[in-house]
Amino acid sequence: MRLSRWDEERVQGDPRGPGGPPYSAGIRVLTPGFLTTVQDLGRFGHAHRGISASGAADPLALRAGNLLVGNAENAAAVEMTLVGGEFEFEAGAVIALTGSDFGADLPQWTPVPVTAGQKLRLGPTKAGARAYLCVRGGIDAPLTLGSASAHLLTGVGGGPVRKGDILRVGANAVRKPRRPANNPPAWTHNQAIRVTDGPQADWFHGELYAGVYTVAEECNRMGIRLRGAAIPSPAGGMLTEGVAMGAIQVPPDGQPIVLFVEHQTTGGYPKPANVISADFWRLGQLRPRDEARFERIGIERALELLRQQEQWLYSL
Amino acid sequence: MTIRPASDRSLLVTFGAGISLESHHQVFHLTRSLGGVRGILNLHPAYASVLIEFDPRLVESAAIEALVHQKMAAEPEHGPAETPRTVEIPVRYGGEFGPDLDDVARHTGLSPERVVELHSAADYLVYFLGFAPGFAYLGGLPPELTTPRISAPRKHVPEGSVAIGGNQTGVYPIVSPGGWRLIGRTSVKLFDPAAAEPVLLKMGDRLRFVAEGSAGGGSAGGLA
Repeated sequence: MRLSRWDEERVQGDPRGPGGPPYSAGIRVLTPGFLTTVQDLGRFGHAHRGISASGAADPLALRAGNLLVGNAENAAAVEMTLVGGEFEFEAGAVIALTGSDFGADLPQWTPVPVTAGQKLRLGPTKAGARAYLCVRGGIDAPLTLGSASAHLLTGVGGGPVRKGDILRVGANAVRKPRRPANNPPAWTHNQAIRVTDGPQADWFHGELYAGVYTVAEECNRMGIRLRGAAIPSPAGGMLTEGVAMGAIQVPPDGQPIVLFVEHQTTGGYPKPANVISADFWRLGQLRPRDEARFERIGIERALELLRQQEQWLYSL
Repeated sequence: MTIRPASDRSLLVTFGAGISLESHHQVFHLTRSLGGVRGILNLHPAYASVLIEFDPRLVESAAIEALVHQKMAAEPEHGPAETPRTVEIPVRYGGEFGPDLDDVARHTGLSPERVVELHSAADYLVYFLGFAPGFAYLGGLPPELTTPRISAPRKHVPEGSVAIGGNQTGVYPIVSPGGWRLIGRTSVKLFDPAAAEPVLLKMGDRLRFVAEGSAGGGSAGGLA
């Protein structure tokens, strides 16, 4: 097997010499930014214990970034929220910045080599809510219940990244870095978020599609609260039932909440709609005070949009 | 049984509209039967329904639907064959651990000692775990103990708090906001992310609260 230039640098730079464990250089966190966590695609298979998946808020950006640097798409990476951090690379690496533009002095959606000692500074977002720093080899974070993702509400998988942390770089690249991505997803304001009918769609009368909602300040990885014309709360109680990622629930005050990556696993509010899989990434880019509109489509169309998105990932 | 899509990646299977042992057994059977099936990402059991979340790139909803019918046709007639285990949760009732015990007593017209006695004498069934990690939805609260939730939920309910909300009772596994009346606290960890088995309780478990410490009232658990 022929080593890439970056892999050779790593092997030569290994202070423990050949035969030892894989060299694990780090990324030093000089400043973490507003809210920075380590995320992969999430922790599945534990909802029956009350544990939701967590995972990247914009899974499309995480997957694309990983593919660009030659990782498996589920590799752990750094998720930044609204304001990015400053990082110093202890050794040479290949990185890709994906998601929203946080003002880094590097091109986005493309693999970029960085050298030992190089610093990367990100700032406030210019568009959406989240940016990802993916590194060739992945972030080598411990797995809890099979995933490196931090679930902030519960502390499963650890908490936010802090100043002075060193994020170890793994040795789990699976292919060569790719060429820059064509047509990366671009977040612009006022894009409609597509939904399909939720389990209680027939309790409602299309109110969700009538107006424009504003993302409230109180939104986090658990749920995205919206403000707008109140949706009349349907009469009759309902029995607590399982809820899925992207479910839009309407509590008695009529202000909808989109259940997000750290959502509760069951709930008792009616759900007129559920965001389609292909638009989960848009939820991850919604910021407080952004406008949000919903467009109702059928499941076949939703799956067609998902196939198109997968095609784009395959093209990387 | 009805099956309908809840999203482009989930099906909601419903067994009636109420809480019953029969529905619980159906939920139990389906949840257990579908564990580990390729393409299924998560199962969300509840009182009378199971939400099945799947990866639409790997499996079609029609295939899951067929599988649900197949598994339910094989449901044992009299509930699960094995004897459920009984988990005992030691509780220090009242005082600083149960600041709302007196409110529950006032509302129910019982003495605090009688509230503790009734609460710790009942046999509870874990219908399912949901909402938060390790949180068990329990059946079996004596109806006399029904007490409405507090009007302004607390921002921080301590971990291990034992509480009554309406006709339900439960234990908060992690620090969280909550509107239930706090009547006691347990030192047993219901959720420990670092443990090999992070969640203590399982759907179908039987549960008893055992009074311990100064508030007294229970028969087991030792009186200080």
